[in-house]
Amino acid sequence: MTQLVLSTVRQKAHWSDWLGRAFLVLVLLVLLAFLAAPLLAILVQALQDDQGRYAGLANFLAYARTPTLLASLWNSLWVSAVVTVIVIPMAFVFAYALVRACVPGAGVLRAVSLIPLLAPSLLSAISLIYWFGNQGVLKEFLTALGVSQIYGPVGVVIAQCFSVFPHAVMILVTALSLADARLYEAADALGTGALRKFFTITLPGAKYGLISAALVTFTLVITDFGIPKVIGGNFNMMATDVFKLVIGQQDFAKGAVVALLLLAPAVFSFGVDRYVSRRQTAMLTARAVPLVPKPALWRDRLLLAYCLLVSALMLAMLGMAVFASFASFWPYNLAPSLQHYRMGLVDGAVAEGFVNSLKMAAGTAVLGTVLVFVSAYLLEKTRGLDLLRGPVQMLAIVPMAVPGLVLGLGYIFFFNEPGNPLQGLYHTMTLLTLCTIVHFYTTGHLTAVTALKSLDADFEAVSASLKVPFYRTFWRVTVPICTPALIDIARYFFINAMTTISAVVFLYSPETKVASIAILNLDEAGDMGAAAAMAVLIAAISATATGLFALLGGWAGRKTQAWRRR
Amino acid sequence: MPAYLSLRNINKSFGSFQALKGVDLDVLSGELLCFLGPSGCGKTTLLRIIAGLEVQTQGRVEQAGRDISRLPPAERDYGIVFQSYALFPNLSVADNVGYGLVNRRLPKAQIDRRVEELLALVGLPGSAAKFPSQLSGGQQQRIALARALAMQPGLLLLDEPLSALDALERVRLRQEIRSLQKQLGVTTVMVTHDQEEALSVADRIVVMNHGVIEQVGSPTEIYREPASAFVADFVGKVNVLPGRIEGARLHVGQWSVGTGEVPSARDRNGAVKVYLRPEDIRARSGDVSRAALIQGHIEKIEFLGAFCHVHVQAPQLSSRPLVVYLSLNFLAEQGLSEGSDLPLSLMPERIKIF
Repeated sequence: MTQLVLSTVRQKAHWSDWLGRAFLVLVLLVLLAFLAAPLLAILVQALQDDQGRYAGLANFLAYARTPTLLASLWNSLWVSAVVTVIVIPMAFVFAYALVRACVPGAGVLRAVSLIPLLAPSLLSAISLIYWFGNQGVLKEFLTALGVSQIYGPVGVVIAQCFSVFPHAVMILVTALSLADARLYEAADALGTGALRKFFTITLPGAKYGLISAALVTFTLVITDFGIPKVIGGNFNMMATDVFKLVIGQQDFAKGAVVALLLLAPAVFSFGVDRYVSRRQTAMLTARAVPLVPKPALWRDRLLLAYCLLVSALMLAMLGMAVFASFASFWPYNLAPSLQHYRMGLVDGAVAEGFVNSLKMAAGTAVLGTVLVFVSAYLLEKTRGLDLLRGPVQMLAIVPMAVPGLVLGLGYIFFFNEPGNPLQGLYHTMTLLTLCTIVHFYTTGHLTAVTALKSLDADFEAVSASLKVPFYRTFWRVTVPICTPALIDIARYFFINAMTTISAVVFLYSPETKVASIAILNLDEAGDMGAAAAMAVLIAAISATATGLFALLGGWAGRKTQAWRRR
Repeated sequence: MPAYLSLRNINKSFGSFQALKGVDLDVLSGELLCFLGPSGCGKTTLLRIIAGLEVQTQGRVEQAGRDISRLPPAERDYGIVFQSYALFPNLSVADNVGYGLVNRRLPKAQIDRRVEELLALVGLPGSAAKFPSQLSGGQQQRIALARALAMQPGLLLLDEPLSALDALERVRLRQEIRSLQKQLGVTTVMVTHDQEEALSVADRIVVMNHGVIEQVGSPTEIYREPASAFVADFVGKVNVLPGRIEGARLHVGQWSVGTGEVPSARDRNGAVKVYLRPEDIRARSGDVSRAALIQGHIEKIEFLGAFCHVHVQAPQLSSRPLVVYLSLNFLAEQGLSEGSDLPLSLMPERIKIF
């Protein structure tokens, strides 16, 4: 029985297999060059002195001896914690209303809650300034509350709450939709009260979603750059420090240290999130019966009132930016005019920025979707090159843990290094696009993997037995079935490329400046009206794009999903 | 008959777990062979190795005289049907069945003709334009079968093809598969964990357990002459009683018989396990002398339709009740019910000793 295995049988590869393997190698090279190498460059930078010699932990010690930087560290930590504590309960109740109650117009409420995703995070900061700034409409209200001015931690916290709210809601909606009706039926049969059901079934069931939402919120806040830049005033945070150290003072070593510190919470929450998501999937079996909420008059009314309040705040945030962008001369002449738009687009030359943004967004959406989907397909559905699969799989997940700011910094260190053959890419649109693809890679990858996993694992085996090469089945079967997921991925890439600031802020040149960065520059130049106008324009483009993607989805659905209708 | 497919010393390890241990097997040309065994016995792995979907750690696979051990699936010659049907949901029935034919660049009219022919063969003519989701499970599996046969493969592989179907459909389709297989004469390997399925359709059955072949034989051989305790236990129902062989006599409780009458008791001595099929325990006195009768007492009647599992206490044989199959008619004719006395007799030549 136990015999010496002299040699392991290896299967010959079919010629079509080589095609898949070549692409997999390409994906690995892309992820190594545009993700692993830049991250490594940060580490190297942090361990070097300004002469390029190994300096051990000297840079870290220097950082620890700089009181202003330590103050930023503390600021970042407590602001992120406060935002998390405020947002998570609010988002939980909102998500609960959407999926566990019978609130009328849940679809509209949900859409409204997602508004902040359409614009760069700094839109909410700009709006806040119009509401509560020195010339804000509700400045007195703020003073009455005992807050002397909106610039600083108060403004940062409020603006962050708005910008991260949709992220938390999306995670919690998913967590709360994964409910097994049978648990509630069993509880009802035992005569359990509503409150007890909530604390013994609902809350434990959403536990992992809550943890995950809290971690994501914390990480997003601590790594966000736009909001503290616009409304932080003299209140320094780590994200703004990185920018000042690297772009302002050219102190690359300290910048690298801060970047590594920013990476820490992200990596930590990433680790916890992976652990948690594994637990969550194990909890829900295929036999679970989906829960359909039953109407309850007072609960639904209260929740509706709450949702309307939150939605009103969301709309007020967007509405103020829209209003201010059309106001001729805030706050003295509020007559509508297009002057800020003209000023931004023509005088501020942001029109070019929009062209660049659209180019980058389109490039990211097309190239990113192809790269993400094909590599996910090859990982899930083909065989061979077993040694490469682990690394590719890991690299596909890593971007989730890398804040854009850190990634962008890594790109400076790596691609601006004299002697790097890829140095020619620096400042180009190609590099901006690739950086954005890598930055948002993981979400696309996970969407693709989920879609692919829902396909029968034996399609490829059947095709091979019928002598049909894998790429043909990929084209005739896999892609048509996964079209909705593909459109989702493309939309996600497009919207994020339109609104991202953090990674690309280090990489643009005057020729490749994108609109979101231009807003930052307008704000720095004190041109708030134009900044608001451009932010609104980005939101409008994102909203239009979302609409177009929805139309595309509908059209593709009719063409490719006919089989779903019986 | 010549071997169409032969497996030599097939080993398969997943890490430290050895899924297959030195399997040798010949599949004869034109036969329907069933791999039967509990889950985890390696039967599906073995099928997937034949298909090239798993690679054996060691061993040689030969099909029609050609060494295919290292060939990728696309270069082998077989059609395959999975438990999940694996029909392409976005393609019509015709496109599914003609999926491989299209790749051969045959003229469209010819493909259409062949598809219609195949659909007629599996009993679903006229369903070409439908999508798989518009068909029942059994119909979908027939389409999968038609697709597997479209390229006229030399070998048909069926991986638990009936497990996802309901009981009635399962019985109907297994007979259809059997008659189709006979009609086409295609060499077929079918994996199943359902012994009734294997017994009813197979020419030969390969009983597997823990990565080794326990027995290969015709359904009757497997049932009547199990080669091991495992096979006797796994295939069919069986009463297992403790016994002893001493001085050329087999003793079971207070009952005994000369080992000359029990073929499988030859060359055995000491404590043994005695295997008795329920139908080999007779409840009729008939030609047996009164002295050979064993006193029994009906403890429980498990009603299953035409036949009943009758649990009989026979202290002479064992302290635990024996299960005997009796027809409903017999029970009625004899006026038997729970609590009745029921004298039994054994058929020594059918007793198996392990």
